[in-house]
Amino acid sequence: MGVKLLLDKAKVEGIRQYDVYRREGGYRSVEKALKTMSPDAVTEEVKKSGLRGRGGAGFPTGMKWSFLAKPEGVPRHLVCNADESEPGTFKDRFLMEFLPHLLIEGLIVASYALGSNATYIYIRGEYAWITDILEHAIGEAKANGWLGNNILGTGFNCEIYVQRGAGAYICGEETALIESLEGKRGNPRIKPPFPAVKGVWDRPTVVNNVETLAAVVPIINMGGEEYAKIGVGKSTGTKLISACGNINKPGVYEIDMTIPVEEFIYSDEYCGGIANGKRLKACIPGGSSVPILPANLLLKTAKGETRYMNYESLSDGGFATGSMMGSGGFIVLDEDQCVVKNTYTLARFYRHESCGQCSPCREGTGWMEKILKAIESGKGKMSDIDLLWDIQRKIEGNTICPLGDAAAWPVAAAIRHFRDEFEWHVNNPQECLTRNYGLAHYADPIYTPA
Amino acid sequence: MIKFSEEKLNKVQEIINRYPQGKQKSALIPLLHLAQEEYGWLSAETMDYVAGLLQIEPIEVYEVATFYSMFNLKPVGKFMFEVCQTGPCMVSGSDNIIDYIKQRLGIGVGETTPDGLFTLKTVECLGACGYAPMMQLGKHYREHLTKDKVDQIIEECRKNAGLLN
Amino acid sequence: MADEKKLFKVTIDNITIEVEPGTTILNAARSIGGEVAPPAMCYYSKLKNSGGKCRTCLVEVAAGSTADPRPMPKLVASCRTTVMDGMIVKNITSERVIDARAGVTEFLLLNHPLDCPICDQAGECHLQDLSYEHGKEGTRFEFQKRTFKKHDLGEYIQLHMTRCILCYRCVFVADQLTQKRAHGILDRGDHSEIATYIEKSLDNDFIGNVIDVCPVGALTDKTFRFKNRVWFTKPVDAHRNCSKCCGEVQLWMRGDEVFRVTARKDEWGEVKDATDGRPGWICNECRFEKKDLKDWTIDGPTKVNRHSVISQGHYVGVQMPKDFLPEVMGGRGPKLLMDIHKVSEVNRPEIELSKIDGPAHGDDFAGAKQ
Repeated sequence: MGVKLLLDKAKVEGIRQYDVYRREGGYRSVEKALKTMSPDAVTEEVKKSGLRGRGGAGFPTGMKWSFLAKPEGVPRHLVCNADESEPGTFKDRFLMEFLPHLLIEGLIVASYALGSNATYIYIRGEYAWITDILEHAIGEAKANGWLGNNILGTGFNCEIYVQRGAGAYICGEETALIESLEGKRGNPRIKPPFPAVKGVWDRPTVVNNVETLAAVVPIINMGGEEYAKIGVGKSTGTKLISACGNINKPGVYEIDMTIPVEEFIYSDEYCGGIANGKRLKACIPGGSSVPILPANLLLKTAKGETRYMNYESLSDGGFATGSMMGSGGFIVLDEDQCVVKNTYTLARFYRHESCGQCSPCREGTGWMEKILKAIESGKGKMSDIDLLWDIQRKIEGNTICPLGDAAAWPVAAAIRHFRDEFEWHVNNPQECLTRNYGLAHYADPIYTPA
Repeated sequence: MIKFSEEKLNKVQEIINRYPQGKQKSALIPLLHLAQEEYGWLSAETMDYVAGLLQIEPIEVYEVATFYSMFNLKPVGKFMFEVCQTGPCMVSGSDNIIDYIKQRLGIGVGETTPDGLFTLKTVECLGACGYAPMMQLGKHYREHLTKDKVDQIIEECRKNAGLLN
Repeated sequence: MADEKKLFKVTIDNITIEVEPGTTILNAARSIGGEVAPPAMCYYSKLKNSGGKCRTCLVEVAAGSTADPRPMPKLVASCRTTVMDGMIVKNITSERVIDARAGVTEFLLLNHPLDCPICDQAGECHLQDLSYEHGKEGTRFEFQKRTFKKHDLGEYIQLHMTRCILCYRCVFVADQLTQKRAHGILDRGDHSEIATYIEKSLDNDFIGNVIDVCPVGALTDKTFRFKNRVWFTKPVDAHRNCSKCCGEVQLWMRGDEVFRVTARKDEWGEVKDATDGRPGWICNECRFEKKDLKDWTIDGPTKVNRHSVISQGHYVGVQMPKDFLPEVMGGRGPKLLMDIHKVSEVNRPEIELSKIDGPAHGDDFAGAKQ
């Protein structure tokens, strides 16, 4: 059993309720931070912890907090990014649904550190019932003196509001989220200025993911240095992984980033192996936008070393032979799955979610979707594969926000590692409608020079 | 005539108070949710009413309402099946579920049954990938869908409709 | 000395200039001019918040500043990136930029109908210019192009949504120049469109300026629709006393007939300030209702800018663009790969074309071969 810092109490009966949560040691970090630490000391502790943003980009949280501009007389805001929409990712949902008070506790501490008196949780619109859970928990916290004016007699005031989105993946991008919070279309802003200087209502703003903010609670409780001892290298602490696809035990798991990918997939403590006795073909380890890896490159790096579930190891080999930790959305594909079709549904997703503001993303995502659909349905040409490669190359890095990259990477990785499956579709336009390419050589050991 | 009840109007005020003075436009998406709960969909008249409540131009409301996929700009059935079809759901068999619902209800994607009870819609990832295949029905998710489960849900909706009518 | 501002040194395509702090790379490049200025389809210097969207002005920053000379990893939108002291920018000298720009051009043309022969914007269309200068021959897009439901915007403005490249300029015009915005961007992604949602005419005063800022033929003048090709008309500068706007316009004439009235534009295709320094935007009355020559005092022929096919040498005042190549290429001049006069079999000086009866034929030249 690995260390659990976030989900250790998830199975406690009634933990959603304030009384139970408090009895189990909840809100201690608020007491500690507000009564014994200065706001800057809290930030310092988060810096020491090495906590990296859990939304996908992995940016050091403490550093992000220290960038926040603090001009005299201008209110600042903390916004919690609960717009979890990356396919494969459902960890924040689990956290909010079962441990709402953990998020609220983290939010109060972070609001104190950043000086935010009005903090907003921007939650994706579809999580309608979770909005109720959070609002109920906020009500309880307020009734017990953890929110409102003069919290714990320290003079710190803080309110938390829940704002529902209405169906737009792009609002998970922090500046699009801010636009949406302002009641506008979710068009990402052109940076600079960054939110730390000019965020919501042009005020300095920090936007953090749900899991990131929840992790502040154990960091304050145990101290940043202790937290940093868990894990390995720059992957400190624990990470929530939402595992899905063709596995026996899909669900949300907390890992301490020292376990091998193979153990995560096959051990009974986690995914419990591939469903229906099938074999592993491929995996997208960090949410649909990160590169897909064939089984052989997933379990071992190109150098033949064991691949671990952490930031560094998952990205070992760069995009050529590695992938990314991303948001921790772990999507497993068994031998019966078609990579072309999977890539097509993802391309369709990104086309559907493009805000339409900048031309490479608006036009390019739709083009890729059309070509992938053609190849998938046996109507593709061999030249389409190179064309797809060229389109994704011209989108990547040339757009306003990372959605362009998110749309380009899955296509690039699928062609990079599964080119023969694409070619098979082109060469067998009839057969590809009735059967899949199968496992082929994707689980074969990679040749590693001695 | 579109008009919120006294109780709803109090809620509107409560929402507007969450934001700084003069930033009431921030309440737009929450208000559109309120309106859609009330009327089932957003007509131009409803959107103009919301614009009036927030003292913004109607076009600002149309721009937002058409951007977000959850807002219905046309009337929909009493029960809307929003079935996810993105990657993780697809690898778990969402295509079969969609086909089955089509066959059971006798409608295509984007259509409503003649009795106005059911609308079938396909949607992109709803964040329930570990519980696939799934659909959203009203406020809640229905997960780990099978053909039997779909049958049960359809029955349940029919029953509820009978009770409500 | 304290109020003397320090200027920033910036090098763009090997040409170094000094600009005020806060200047964008694009405007710095425009002050050099010619090919060094990146194309801009959405940025409009006179519209606040415009730019950043079309991505045609992407440039490579080879060195961020003297203080931090690291290159920027991604290409940046030059219209929204301000220069730093000692910054080194590569525009036409960067392979990456040329490649990315060809990509953006292809994306913009992907769903754009190639209906130039019936488009009123033809001849003064920035997308045409962009495709000539940065696009590739042919298309790799083999699907049906996107279409939209038709919307009527009233008696003044004709909307062709299929041609729109979503630069948002017209939205900024409505926000910044008119009392009340009635149109906007509806829907999302590749279905985004300019519309009013419920059919509504756009008739706010000054809304006609959306026609002048539209880089393509998406918003054109209904009163000029199909009346004439711009290159057959003759632009003249004119003015009238107008209570609403500066009254300084360009009349597009044939003979004594005024076909169209537009604002006056500068070399970047943007509406330029009036002679008294007021904004050059014109009101709807001047634009749409004053089509009689008697309404106007003529100032003289317009100096035609590079954005128009009418600049084909018919008028005085056409400025030849400065030849930047030797400077940009570090002293090397353009090199002709072959001299057509030396290699062509047709162009033999010993054959007098006028002596051939009827159309020339290969046989006519065969005899002259040496």
